[in-house]
Amino acid sequence: MLRIAPTFTVATPTTLAEALALKATHGEKAALVAGGTDFVPNLKHGLHAPEVVISLGGLDELRGLDFGAETIALGALVGIHTLATDARIASVLPSLATAAGLIAGPQLRRMGTLGGNVCLDTRCVYINQSESWRSALGYCLKKDGDTCHVTVTGKKCVAAASNDTAPVLLSLGACVELASPRGVRTLPLEQFYVHDGARNTVLAADEILVRVLVPRPRETRRMAFEKLRVRGAIDFPLLNLALAFDLDADGVLTAPELVISAIAARPRRVRALPEGLLTDALVDRIAALAFDATRPLTNINADVEWRRDMVPVLVRRAFAAARGPQSPPFAC
Amino acid sequence: MRTPTPHALLSLTVNGDRHVVAAAPHHSLLEVLRYDLGLTGTKQGCDKGDCGACTVLIDGEPVLACCTLAATVRPGAQITTIEGLAGPAGRLDPVQEAFDRCGALQCGFCQPGMMLSARALLNRDAAPSDTAIREALGGNLCRCTGYTQIFEAVKLAAALARGESGASIDPTPPAEGYTVLGARHRKADGHGKATGAAVYTDDFNPPRMLHAKILRSPHAHARIVRIDTSRAAALPGVFAVLTGEALPRTYGVIPWTEDETALAIDRVRFVGEEVAAVAAVDEETANAALRLIDVEYEPLPPVLTPEAALAPGAPELFPGRRGGNLTKHVRLDFGDVDAALSNADALVEGEYFFEGTAHAPIEPHCAIAEYDARGLLTLHSATQIPHYVHRTLAKTLDLPSERVRVVQPALGGAFGGKSDPFGHEIVAAKLAMMTGRPVKILLTREETFYTHRGRHPMQMHMRLAANAEGRLTGLDSKILIDGGAYSSFGLVTSYYSGQLLTAPTGFETYRFDASRAFTNKPPCGPKRGHGSVQPRFAFEIQLDKMAEKLGLDPIELRRRNDVGPDTTTVNGQRITSNGFLECLRVVEQASGWRERRGKLGFGRGLGVAGSCYISGTAYPVYPNEMPQSGVQVRLDRSGRAHVMCGASDIGQGSDSMLAYIVAEELGLRPDDIRVTSSDTDLSPVDLGAYSSRVTFMAGNACREAASALSTLVREAVASKLEVPGREVACTPGRWFWLGDPTRGMDTREAFVLAEAAHGTLGATGGYRTDKTLGGPYRGGTIGASPAYSFTAHVAEVAVDVETGFVNVKKIWAAHDCGFALNPMIVEGQIAGSVYMGWAEAVMEEHAFAYGGPNPGLLRGPNLLDYRIPTTVEAPEIECHIVQSIDPNGPYGAKEAGEGPLHPVLPAIANAIYDAVGVRLDRLPFHPWRVREALRAAGRMGGR
Repeated sequence: MLRIAPTFTVATPTTLAEALALKATHGEKAALVAGGTDFVPNLKHGLHAPEVVISLGGLDELRGLDFGAETIALGALVGIHTLATDARIASVLPSLATAAGLIAGPQLRRMGTLGGNVCLDTRCVYINQSESWRSALGYCLKKDGDTCHVTVTGKKCVAAASNDTAPVLLSLGACVELASPRGVRTLPLEQFYVHDGARNTVLAADEILVRVLVPRPRETRRMAFEKLRVRGAIDFPLLNLALAFDLDADGVLTAPELVISAIAARPRRVRALPEGLLTDALVDRIAALAFDATRPLTNINADVEWRRDMVPVLVRRAFAAARGPQSPPFAC
Repeated sequence: MRTPTPHALLSLTVNGDRHVVAAAPHHSLLEVLRYDLGLTGTKQGCDKGDCGACTVLIDGEPVLACCTLAATVRPGAQITTIEGLAGPAGRLDPVQEAFDRCGALQCGFCQPGMMLSARALLNRDAAPSDTAIREALGGNLCRCTGYTQIFEAVKLAAALARGESGASIDPTPPAEGYTVLGARHRKADGHGKATGAAVYTDDFNPPRMLHAKILRSPHAHARIVRIDTSRAAALPGVFAVLTGEALPRTYGVIPWTEDETALAIDRVRFVGEEVAAVAAVDEETANAALRLIDVEYEPLPPVLTPEAALAPGAPELFPGRRGGNLTKHVRLDFGDVDAALSNADALVEGEYFFEGTAHAPIEPHCAIAEYDARGLLTLHSATQIPHYVHRTLAKTLDLPSERVRVVQPALGGAFGGKSDPFGHEIVAAKLAMMTGRPVKILLTREETFYTHRGRHPMQMHMRLAANAEGRLTGLDSKILIDGGAYSSFGLVTSYYSGQLLTAPTGFETYRFDASRAFTNKPPCGPKRGHGSVQPRFAFEIQLDKMAEKLGLDPIELRRRNDVGPDTTTVNGQRITSNGFLECLRVVEQASGWRERRGKLGFGRGLGVAGSCYISGTAYPVYPNEMPQSGVQVRLDRSGRAHVMCGASDIGQGSDSMLAYIVAEELGLRPDDIRVTSSDTDLSPVDLGAYSSRVTFMAGNACREAASALSTLVREAVASKLEVPGREVACTPGRWFWLGDPTRGMDTREAFVLAEAAHGTLGATGGYRTDKTLGGPYRGGTIGASPAYSFTAHVAEVAVDVETGFVNVKKIWAAHDCGFALNPMIVEGQIAGSVYMGWAEAVMEEHAFAYGGPNPGLLRGPNLLDYRIPTTVEAPEIECHIVQSIDPNGPYGAKEAGEGPLHPVLPAIANAIYDAVGVRLDRLPFHPWRVREALRAAGRMGGR
């Protein structure tokens, strides 16, 4: 069996203050774990060797869902399964429910949390492998090596953001609330992610993500999420995208947001999208812009050209889904 | 390196029992459940959250124990494992009852997790829809069943729980003329697998046991200059370190090609090859010790394709070997193929490629060796060939064979992947001999991909000739086989790639030319449908192309060229029973072929293919005159029978098959039979679970032994009733006079009479093959089988033209198994085969790096990157059993476990052609390949 190296103790704080104090004490040598769905496999692969693992499962204060008039506040420990099946989420943030329902499989959705998915480490075919496999390759930029096997010449890690909630939350203009002994700061999610696969968030060593704040969408807001994967369960995205736009009674589209991910270290927001009467032609223009904006890499185990070709296909499907009745996929 | 961190006392409530465990902080809940609490019903399959075998319920919700650090489980959480699913006094949960009754427990390894997911579903939805069932089980991979019987089981469980009339777990009536056979009985091992009580190799943890780990090569090809194990040996907690020179004897499953050593000596030939091994107090310490072994390599240029391997001047894997990198070349000619090709009215030529695939049973390989002070070696191993492992251990360890015992515990799937003797088995044994302690080796999922023996990649070139009447006049087949680094079964593979193609659709002349090359990749071997799935793929597409060329329906073309029963094929193989035409008729009708093919609109289509397969091989792997299979049956006054046989139950149901036969012959219920199988000390020799031989051979042997006893019981009963013996019959639980069935006795009493009359009751049976079978030419015996099974499939696909995804909607599968001893098990074998073929068609690929910094490195050796299908995308499978009653099979039975895989891949390819008009001659049908083919053909549709 693939065993975890015995480098750490486990702390099980029951309050945020306690957890923050532990994190402040141990800094980079402390790792946070909530569902463990990604962190534990990464431990098995020797990607982390923490001194302390701080389990956040006992922090009940991070669990709530609060549907305010202006803002929907989602606790970092809200389960992926809850996001996928909660009737209020399905009604107000249907693309988030869709994305959550398409994450991994039934067991991992019950273990995984929103905070864990938002903070999910980037993934790459060359990093999510055992220590001995990575060693046979001479390691890579993301950990222990100085070469990127994807770009070969590049000096910046291009491991892919693979979280399905991230593009959705970006498309909805979400913010994250980060707590530290220094206080709580609120950051637009767009500023939370950075272009570096080695570490793609600005979360500081003493910070813990406590809540995700989503502005309550206008009644006219339409949204959708699409995910490309080979299997109907378990798989990480080969490509995913979130779409949101306003549609008035006359069928005029305004304020479109399109975020594409599972491409590079950071989800990509496609800018300068056209507005106007929502026609097939407009959809095609947006699909073409999305295609132009996307350059998949060999960081994910599927054909690169095909993944790029799928961008306009998914854009068109997202529009079809957003225009149709809004219902999340079947989540069990 | 010992645990630097203190163990913490954890309080866990499992199945209602409170346990206080001193758990290491880095241990997962899975490790604590299995190894600290002994709750081994929770299984370990993939190491890291990709397979679902370790599913347990926490507060009623399914979670993965392998990805949960035990120390993070919330205090007070209620954990339920499979051991806790049954109710008070062990009354089974309806889910367990239904899984057992529906045949959903084949190897049973993924099922504890699957049953818990099903239980959680039924707790929230008492009448789940098909979609809900598929979604709820989407995180539980099963490799045996094709999911079909699992879906049935969940529906039956729901019906049982709702108390629906008609929901029953009783067996169905037997076939006409039988009292047991032909009925849908539960499996002999079903109860143990339903409850988590079945003991698999890794569930066995003898006291004082050490754990071994193997250091593996990071290079595809290198010379080992030096190995220094001194630092590893000095690490506290390490008991022994082993390198290749301590195990110099070569071995291999085929006696003519013994080219493997347990650990590499002087040279490594693939990334992942075994180089050194450590036995230590735990796996963590062994892992730490591996990092302290210093190996100096001199990297050598690797050869990664057969073309490169056979090119002049190519680096040689075995320098000085006669034949160089060519492991085997076979060329056979039957009739004047060139004349047939040049005189053909229609000629179809094609180039096909099959990428390699892995078996990926959910249970990883595991072996535990014990060596006692008397010099007795016992190896428990997850193997499907205990007998060959026995021989290999004796040879490589220089032990007399009477000092070696090999036991195969319950096995969590194999599919041919556990049919070689392996280095890790020899290493475990050697380390046990060195340390005097039990030694366990449990491979990681990644290591199972290096152990491999998966299906060979093949490049196939075929030319098929026909006359204007649609008579096939010749086939010229040239095949290049990528063997990987060692021979394994490769000699046989090379022959099978040609020998098994000559039925059911025959041709008048035939030439095949197959070359297998060594490459610096993990060794290939036999996977379900050994050697013949690949050429079958090519040939059945050739037939589809030929039918189109001739303007014939593809089913009609096959009918016109059917070889029929009681015949000899162009390559001299004797065919006895043959139900292929009936298989064709059944799938033609069931699929609505005539009304629907070509009429489903762009994007949707139907395709057909057929095949045949061996029921064992006439000639054993090593030449000898002894029976291929031996069975011993004993019974006594208790009214119970015990059947012993070396055959390996790998989930396919061979233990059950033995029990049904004994029950039929001796007036017993299958539950009254105890089966001891695959233990070289306790059971007569059977050569193992490969070549689809077990039902045919062990079944015949078992029938012989059981009928000998039946005669004794009959005589005793006849004497007591004072009637002629031929007028005495039995039915489960009772022996009686046919003249007046009220005159009789229960079976126990009959056995008492027999034991009194004849003394202690025991009999043996053996199966010997007819050694006259096969063609009269070199290699003509390979592929010679006492009987052949036949299969026809129709596949229906929907091609998503935009994405290229091939959605296989349904497969109608008809299989001639001779006679179904238990139709439930036969259908499980058919559905499991169909699933596996479909998976190889649409997604599975044993993919390597051919460039980059380490050519030859396997890309993604894990169950996340090597994708095997989930319940969600699995096609609907409709199984039809055709019974041709073979004259030599036990009660007419033939194989069912491998044949039904073959036609799946070409049937899907042919259906894709019907759907969108493009030919896919290269496997697998990745969406990007489909889309590229559509683009090239200008069939992308509107946008």
